[in-house]
Amino acid sequence: MTFPILTTIVLLPVVAALWVLLAPGSDDRRATNARITALVVTLLELALGVVLWLSFDTSTAAFQFVERADLFAPFLSWHLGIDGIALMLIVLSTFLMPFCILASWTSIQTRVPEYMAAFLLMETLMIGVFAAQDLFLFYLFFEGGLIPMYLIIGIWGGARRIYASYKFFLYTLLGSVLMLLAMIYMASVAHTTDIPTLLRFDFARDVQTWLWLAFFASFAVKMPMWPVHTWLPDAHVEAPTAGSVILAGVLLKMGGYGFVRFSLPMFPQASVELVWLVAVLSVVAVVYTSLVALVQTDMKKLIAYSSVAHMAFVTAGLFVFNTQGLEGSILMMLSHGLVSGALFLCVGVIYDRRHTREIAAYGGLANVMPRYALFFLLFTMASIGLPATSGFVAEFLVLLGTFAASTWLALGMTTGIIFGAAYMLWLYRRVVFGTNDAPEILAMPDLSPRELATLLPIALAVLWMGIYPASFLRPLRAPVAAIVARLHAGPTPEAVPVPGGATAGSLAR
Amino acid sequence: MTALTTLAASVHLASVEAILAAGALVVLMLGSFRGDRSLVPLTWVAVGIMALAGVHVMVVPEGGATAFGGLYIGDAFANFFKVLILGGAAVSAVLALPYLKESATARFEYPVLILLSALGMCMMVSANDLLTLYVGLELQSLAAYVLAAFHRNEARSSEAGLKYFVLGALASGILLYGISLVYGFTGTTSFAALHGLVRGTAGADIGVLIGLVFILSGLAFKIAAVPFHMWTPDVYEGAPTPVAAFFASAPKAAAMGLLLRVAVGAFGGMTLDWRQIVTFVSIASMLLGAVGAIGQSNIKRLLAYSSINNVGFALIGLAAATREGVTAVLFYMAVYLVMTLGSFLCILQMRVPDGTPVETLASLSGLSRSRPGLAAAFAVFMFSLAGIPPLLGFWPKFAVFQAAVDAQLYALAVVGVVASVVGAYYYLRVIKSIYFDDPAPAFAPADSHTNTALIGVAALFCSPLGMFAITPLVAAAGHAARALL
Repeated sequence: MTFPILTTIVLLPVVAALWVLLAPGSDDRRATNARITALVVTLLELALGVVLWLSFDTSTAAFQFVERADLFAPFLSWHLGIDGIALMLIVLSTFLMPFCILASWTSIQTRVPEYMAAFLLMETLMIGVFAAQDLFLFYLFFEGGLIPMYLIIGIWGGARRIYASYKFFLYTLLGSVLMLLAMIYMASVAHTTDIPTLLRFDFARDVQTWLWLAFFASFAVKMPMWPVHTWLPDAHVEAPTAGSVILAGVLLKMGGYGFVRFSLPMFPQASVELVWLVAVLSVVAVVYTSLVALVQTDMKKLIAYSSVAHMAFVTAGLFVFNTQGLEGSILMMLSHGLVSGALFLCVGVIYDRRHTREIAAYGGLANVMPRYALFFLLFTMASIGLPATSGFVAEFLVLLGTFAASTWLALGMTTGIIFGAAYMLWLYRRVVFGTNDAPEILAMPDLSPRELATLLPIALAVLWMGIYPASFLRPLRAPVAAIVARLHAGPTPEAVPVPGGATAGSLAR
Repeated sequence: MTALTTLAASVHLASVEAILAAGALVVLMLGSFRGDRSLVPLTWVAVGIMALAGVHVMVVPEGGATAFGGLYIGDAFANFFKVLILGGAAVSAVLALPYLKESATARFEYPVLILLSALGMCMMVSANDLLTLYVGLELQSLAAYVLAAFHRNEARSSEAGLKYFVLGALASGILLYGISLVYGFTGTTSFAALHGLVRGTAGADIGVLIGLVFILSGLAFKIAAVPFHMWTPDVYEGAPTPVAAFFASAPKAAAMGLLLRVAVGAFGGMTLDWRQIVTFVSIASMLLGAVGAIGQSNIKRLLAYSSINNVGFALIGLAAATREGVTAVLFYMAVYLVMTLGSFLCILQMRVPDGTPVETLASLSGLSRSRPGLAAAFAVFMFSLAGIPPLLGFWPKFAVFQAAVDAQLYALAVVGVVASVVGAYYYLRVIKSIYFDDPAPAFAPADSHTNTALIGVAALFCSPLGMFAITPLVAAAGHAARALL
């Protein structure tokens, strides 16, 4: 029997969380123990993620590292396995976690063991979502993430943390329970909870629409798509810095991953029929949330709205059903995970010094914090999509795919890029440039080595993805090709109206 | 001679009940002679008797043999519930000890009444005749009325007892009236005979139908399903906390077992008729239980609404009326029993320094700072009751939804999941008090190690580790359900 690497990578953090919680000693010693254990374990997880990546066979769309144990019959089985898409998202999760721990090193001073345990638990659940090969095991991880996140927002959050935590929990739960019913129906019709088997199962056409809508309810909230995005700004603003990083970096990706793993390949006909819905919502989201982002006075809120806009790119790219669009969307998820995570870390850096997120309270940081200004600039540019950064590759591929499907849709999405440049550059100008002679500003020290250690690796990753995206695209090729083949194998409907009058015929081009 | 052998065979089959009856009388005698100071040893004697009865559950034949001329049946279904009943009753007897000592109501009748109630409940789930059903139900209820008023010097407790008695008597009357109607129109009270006689809507006698409605109403009162739930919050609030814990656990399970046997067993031919009733009661209970709990500031009232809410979910499985549905209900009741006893145990562990038990939600504030272990256990029970995976409480809900979807009751399933989201809100409110709010004055330290250990076991069971119990538990529930359907 080979080494069960997926089970290890999923369960290691939860074991560490238990140790952190139960470790004896004084409060100070427990806090130190919690910080160090969390950092070591997340770094170990990163190492395991890299091992996975290096030993992954990129030539096939089949699931690899499969492990299976019928532990919880008759409801579900412990069944893990990954394809290229899941692999990249797992690597992203393990990559971001050590920085979350580092970012909370000094800013969290109360109930440190509980905090670190919540994050470790979060890591287990995130990786579990991407590695699950059983329908209900997936649901278990997907929903389980609500508990630690609810506690993270509610205990260590800002002033309106309680409202935000309720909203986050109940919004997401309502979406997910409908998906649960759809899953139960699927298991009852297909007589299996095995995801690889379900991927090949053909559900009746009229049923597909309902199932698709039920899954959509869950993933659209998680994504989040306009108009069910309103929990996100609240949750982002109130969560502690590391919580925002995880929310933006990984939790939002679960929605996109859900579309790729379930909606598209399991309900291909319904996906084709309901393209109009996704397309309209995506265009509205890009334009509307970008405009909303422009008028924000709170930095975290602005970045939260920019996340909604970027996620609209993901949905638009997924639902054009061609290789470029799909690959671009997944790359967009990875890129956004890095960039928005880094932007929240940047906000966290100055929040730790000035204890406000109001944009108006800052200015002239380029003079006092030149190194910080450089990193912030890099991530701002990556968010806008400047060539040589990860954002460019992702946006370009999505737009290429969108343009092939519908010119008008591409036009709508491109407006988003222009608005995106506007709000991000304006944010940067107000925070970093100009002059501000307030003594608090002048007293702000530049990046500490610990902060540098959190931002530099992400910056390098962003540049790597921007300059040589092939490393990241290679594992995606085979699974994306399989999904595209699956989407075009079904009977093509005669005419599916897409905004701008393009038809399904042109989708297949 | 033959009459004697028949009697002996009958008593052998009903040995669980025989042990409980004899044991209750022995404990009563001992108590009368030794007085109230023997409460603790007598409680443990009672627990021993229930353990002995529990062992007998395992040995008596479960092949569906009948005793006492067909009035009583011993099958796997009854045995499944007897294990739950005896477990719930034993824990309820033990968890009360510190409370009774503190509140100066340490009277020896407590374990006796629990034993008698358990005897009634075991008769309920083994009933094979409408009259056995009634006798068992009344025995259980009479003991429960007294228990509700156990704080006889406190007005609130007496009020709860009286309220419970008056409303319970009304429900019993309704039930009896239903039984008489059914007997009048079919000429029998035996479940087996009814199962053969009763037919669905097409050939149904309107009299039987009305009788069935009355019987279901009486039973709905016992499981506290809407619209017969009004007594629950008041009785839970007024009764001593350990008694409320008892009411929420074993009698709920027993009444649910009885309802299953009557609906699926005796009136299995009229499934299409009673399904509408059960569906309505289920939806109403889920919604009212979820909405009603939102405004509560008393934990016991909140848990009362929670029990109404949970009964609504369990009834989804009954509405499905399939073997999967019955299995799901059994699984649901088993897990619910542990979750609800665990929650009440946590409440019992919290007392303000002057010895008064904690009742308001506000006094839980900041529990996670002062008592992190207890807070974590309470949070596990709350998230579990809310049905959030990966905690064990999610899986019974999952099972009933699965049964509903398999039976194509999609609308019921959708209402159910939406109600579970509404219900999640008030469980979250408890968590919020425990974890997010600033600490309230600290509690007196808990002195009961037994209760602490029980909380630990229950919390482990409800935690994700409890998922390893899914396979054996569902297998046992499925085995029990096959005896019925």
